[in-house]
Amino acid sequence: MTAGQLLTTLVTIVVVVSALQGACAYLILLERKIAAYVQDRIGPNRVGPRGLLQPIADGLKFLFKEEVIPDHVDKLFFLLAPAVAVSTALLAFAVVPFGPTSVEQPPAGYQFVIAPRVDIGILFVFAVSSLAVYGIVLGGWSANNKYSFLGALRASAQVISYEIPLGLSVLGVVLVSRSLNLERIIAHQVEHGWNILFQPLAFLIFLIAVFAECNRLPFDLPEAEQELVGGYHTEYSGMKFAMFFLGEYTHMITTSLLVTALFLGGWHLPGLGAVTGLVGVLLKLIVTMLKLFGCIVFFMLIRWTIPRFRFDQLMALAWRGLVPLALLHLLAVMVVLEWQLPRWLLLPMSLLLVAGAAGSAARASAAPRPALTAGRG
Amino acid sequence: MPIAESDVRWVEEPRLGILEQLYVPAIVEGLQTTVQHLFQRKITVQYPEEEPTAVSRDFAKLPANYRGVHRLNRDEQGRVKCVACYMCSTACPAHCIDIVAAPSPWPDREKYPETFVIDELRCIYCGMCEEACPVDAIELTTLYDLTGLSREEMMFDKEKLLSVYDQTVKAGTDPIRTRAGKLSVASEPPLPS
Repeated sequence: MTAGQLLTTLVTIVVVVSALQGACAYLILLERKIAAYVQDRIGPNRVGPRGLLQPIADGLKFLFKEEVIPDHVDKLFFLLAPAVAVSTALLAFAVVPFGPTSVEQPPAGYQFVIAPRVDIGILFVFAVSSLAVYGIVLGGWSANNKYSFLGALRASAQVISYEIPLGLSVLGVVLVSRSLNLERIIAHQVEHGWNILFQPLAFLIFLIAVFAECNRLPFDLPEAEQELVGGYHTEYSGMKFAMFFLGEYTHMITTSLLVTALFLGGWHLPGLGAVTGLVGVLLKLIVTMLKLFGCIVFFMLIRWTIPRFRFDQLMALAWRGLVPLALLHLLAVMVVLEWQLPRWLLLPMSLLLVAGAAGSAARASAAPRPALTAGRG
Repeated sequence: MPIAESDVRWVEEPRLGILEQLYVPAIVEGLQTTVQHLFQRKITVQYPEEEPTAVSRDFAKLPANYRGVHRLNRDEQGRVKCVACYMCSTACPAHCIDIVAAPSPWPDREKYPETFVIDELRCIYCGMCEEACPVDAIELTTLYDLTGLSREEMMFDKEKLLSVYDQTVKAGTDPIRTRAGKLSVASEPPLPS
């Protein structure tokens, strides 16, 4: 690595990390605004024009708040947990492309990744981002509080369960593009069309698993405030609480970028590959950001659409729904690749699998049930 | 009154077909609702700048049976309507109404209230005084921003309560009497058309 490359990487890291902090702050504002709009309210509008300075006020509040460390906590792990939550979320961002990239050798122009050409890209993301659950588990355990502990237990069970469909659904994509390198996966999609068109089932499973990994609302059992007071961060306050928040939103950005890179073609739009020069780079960057923004808004809309799962439903969905479906889908991809069938065949196969799963569930639902008339008369 | 069998609707949980078991159509439908609400008119009333009153824009309107500050009604000749029967102070669960009766100076009634004091801090605004009153003399208005600097200030006497009447009559915000719904006193009343 030359000094120039080192400098470029350092600058990228500084810019990306600070941009992420700002993005997280404004995502919280966006979340609050969307929450308000969905409930026919107006939302924060007192700080600055239309409430645009609200994140700054929030940040200042977090900074100046008293840092309470209760007597009954395990100090070392209590302090370590928020740091783990933030640092793992930031680490996972290292290999995720957030703008135009190329796979040419030697690389042409600036690459919009912190660590370009990592051949185990996806593996790295999964390895690091599932470490984030240690932040939650440590936080819940060291707080020495029943509710925090319950939240932490739920988080660990949930993340272990959803890690499997998450990995299995990506395997199909990896098989087709023959690489774990995210830039190569995007390049493959540029050449052959977006993966969502061929593997909608994998996309669906990945999306559901990502919701669970981020602890976003239909799967936010670790911090279910109606049941667990605050969940794993009950005992946290001030900046340490803010760091959990920061970790969560960074995780959301990372996974949204992953969805974009794996299934939505990264920076690619039909016709955009031909545009070169600075304009092309800017356009591709904007396209990536728009896709990212769309994913995040979708995350937030789903939050206000689907109610939270019960814990057994959560487990049943992962182990009895997503894991078998993902395995069958992987089998379908392998069949197509082994006999070199046309790739569009994957689409009807996906639909068939989904219909079959729904059919078997419907048959279970059609079984005779006790009548509801016991209280009548 | 027991609930009539014809008013009860029994609902059976519908069985799920293949399309429902897919969940995806249901989620899309839910998303439609969510997105619709994103662009709907907001119902927030920006309070200090914009006050909800009985005559403001319709969705910021206070309900017709809103229970705010009390008033003592006057009859056509401007006299206090109250006949000092103590029904309201008996009905009051918070014991906040204090009446001293005196022989009426007018020939059409036996008694009238010499003093009539409501402790607005003690009142729970349940409206039972209004329900109890046989001559519709005490009513709860739609005035909600009741403040004071001392406890004594919040003891509303007869003059103060009569002045609330004058004020609300002038503003055209008379309380509206509503009826209960079919099933019980707690059920929804028929909407005013």
